[in-house]
Amino acid sequence: MHDKATLERLYRSLYRIRRVEEEVARAYPTDKIKSPVHLSIGQESISVGACEALRPDDVAFGTYRSHALYLARGGNLPAMIAELYGKATGCAKGKGGSMHLIAPDVNVMGASAVVGTTIPHAVGYAYALKLRQTDRVVLCMFGDGATEEGVFYESLNYASLKQLPIIFLCENNGYAIHTHVLRRQLLANLCDRAKSFNIPAEQIADGDVLKVRERMQAVVAGVRAGQGPYFLECFTYRWKEHVGPGEDWQLGYRTATEAEPWKQNDQVPRLAGLLAEADRDRVHREVEAEITAAFHFAEQSPFPAPAELWEHVYQ
Amino acid sequence: MSHERIISYVDAVREATEQEMARDPNVLVFGLDVDDPKAIQGTTKGLLEKFGPDRVFGTPLSEDAMTGAAIGMALAGVRPIHVHIRMDFLMLAMNQLVNIAAKYHYMYGGAMAVPLVVRGMIGKSWGQGAQHSQALYSFFMHVPGLKVVAPTTPYDAKGCLIAAIRDDNPVIYIEHRLLHFQKGPVPAEPYTVNPGKARVAIAGTDVTLVGISNMQLECLRAARYLEEKGVSAEVIDPIWLAPLDIATIVASARKTKRLIVVDNDWTNCGASAEIVAQVAEQSPGVQVRRMGYAPVTCPPSPTLEDQYYANGRTIAAAAFDLVSGKPQHWLPAERADLKQIEFKGPF
Repeated sequence: MHDKATLERLYRSLYRIRRVEEEVARAYPTDKIKSPVHLSIGQESISVGACEALRPDDVAFGTYRSHALYLARGGNLPAMIAELYGKATGCAKGKGGSMHLIAPDVNVMGASAVVGTTIPHAVGYAYALKLRQTDRVVLCMFGDGATEEGVFYESLNYASLKQLPIIFLCENNGYAIHTHVLRRQLLANLCDRAKSFNIPAEQIADGDVLKVRERMQAVVAGVRAGQGPYFLECFTYRWKEHVGPGEDWQLGYRTATEAEPWKQNDQVPRLAGLLAEADRDRVHREVEAEITAAFHFAEQSPFPAPAELWEHVYQ
Repeated sequence: MSHERIISYVDAVREATEQEMARDPNVLVFGLDVDDPKAIQGTTKGLLEKFGPDRVFGTPLSEDAMTGAAIGMALAGVRPIHVHIRMDFLMLAMNQLVNIAAKYHYMYGGAMAVPLVVRGMIGKSWGQGAQHSQALYSFFMHVPGLKVVAPTTPYDAKGCLIAAIRDDNPVIYIEHRLLHFQKGPVPAEPYTVNPGKARVAIAGTDVTLVGISNMQLECLRAARYLEEKGVSAEVIDPIWLAPLDIATIVASARKTKRLIVVDNDWTNCGASAEIVAQVAEQSPGVQVRRMGYAPVTCPPSPTLEDQYYANGRTIAAAAFDLVSGKPQHWLPAERADLKQIEFKGPF
């Protein structure tokens, strides 16, 4: 069984990401958010479960849909909101935006808008860790769309060849923008492909945050012990439109019915139900206060000075 | 006197790599064939034995992922040198170089840097045809955040490579295969030839010739041919193409009033176009001309290939026309004494 502190920590993280994303969606129509947002609502449990298994000195790489990863890993919330607002206090000084979150202080490397591009970064980072004979590991998160990019296979091959300390974690939400995975791939047998590189692989079908955490803990232990790369395919579901704050059932490429099982299985209320009411209320109060403060911070922060345009072209 | 030591461009590249790898354990070198018996024309010879397979290694044929991996290594504090024996194959790495390496420092607000050297070999085709001869470095000059260097002398080959390795930014290091055989004075100790300074290789008064990469050699030849007509050419080697030392070129062009930029590349949207445009913006009175590849795909057959490239004689003819103010229909006879120009110091 899970102890009370663990359940509260998991719930706090899930609830915090959900509520941050809802507030982002709420603020979006005001035009104060200055970059396109790819919300994590519905997919929180994968990042939360996965990051629970990491040590602070492990390293994570994500995608343009990385609000959840950034927050689950401990990225600074006010700096994230300020980044969305294009403010000088943002995690990338207002020069990245929602798709390019970064938090080196908690070992979250830069997210990229071009699908699949951070996969080899994670592999290279893992090579450096192995070169230095550390027991740190790399978490490499990407979506099902990235598994159609050539670089994915090149990266699996190299990680396997060098037996690198890396966990490939595919957040399979079934869609690349509006196109279902089975309209893009005949079989979508991702684990089989990983296994063909001699990389052990498994699926987690239901987004169960406790299961993701438990499996990740076992996987990370093996990778940390030098057993080489591992592939995890975590099914999940995106509740909102591909980009933007709204829903998109009206487009007709998917149905609200399809989302029903995922909403029934929503990990946020599930974990809430495992906490005592007083604890849950306290988490809510604390998280709401934190979010209010973060949006206030972003509102009050200055935009970058004009001269900032010319900064950071070169180191 | 260490400055008297004469070594080849290949040995200068090899020595720079070896000295930097010895100085800094974070420096490593990888790419297709860097650890094979031919050792990239000898530029990586002996490194595997000295530094071991974790720091000197060949790779799968995965330019995209290995460029991304180099970026990932750089994020972890490694200083990778990624070697490509043919520049043409860098097209498979463009996403990582243009979308990631060039932008990492800026896009994340200065939070991280990508100290990465990408060595790309280019060449006069010598029969190698369409996909083994291209320069393509102007692609990289176009993108803010990348540095581009095309050293032409053994001295610069060493100094620029050491500067590139120590640079905290991604540097595209361009080597022309014909230059590999050049010999010249190279100090034994490590030194840097840093971005931002072109070199006046020959001082002159009548026309400025800017020769990029191997075309520097052809411009040196052209200057000698032009002596036959009493024309004094000033020859400039830009060395670093990004950032570009345009001030040295502008100063020369203002003095001579005439500028020919000769590139080892197509002129269209190339380095020559950029240099001429910047000179024209800063010094409107200068007469300008560009020379480069014929605007076609590189053919392997020698009769076609000979027309494809500029050479010392055609450059001299163009310069003489420019200085004369009208077509002179002069093409110097090829001189045996200019066939083997080697770079002479000191620089």
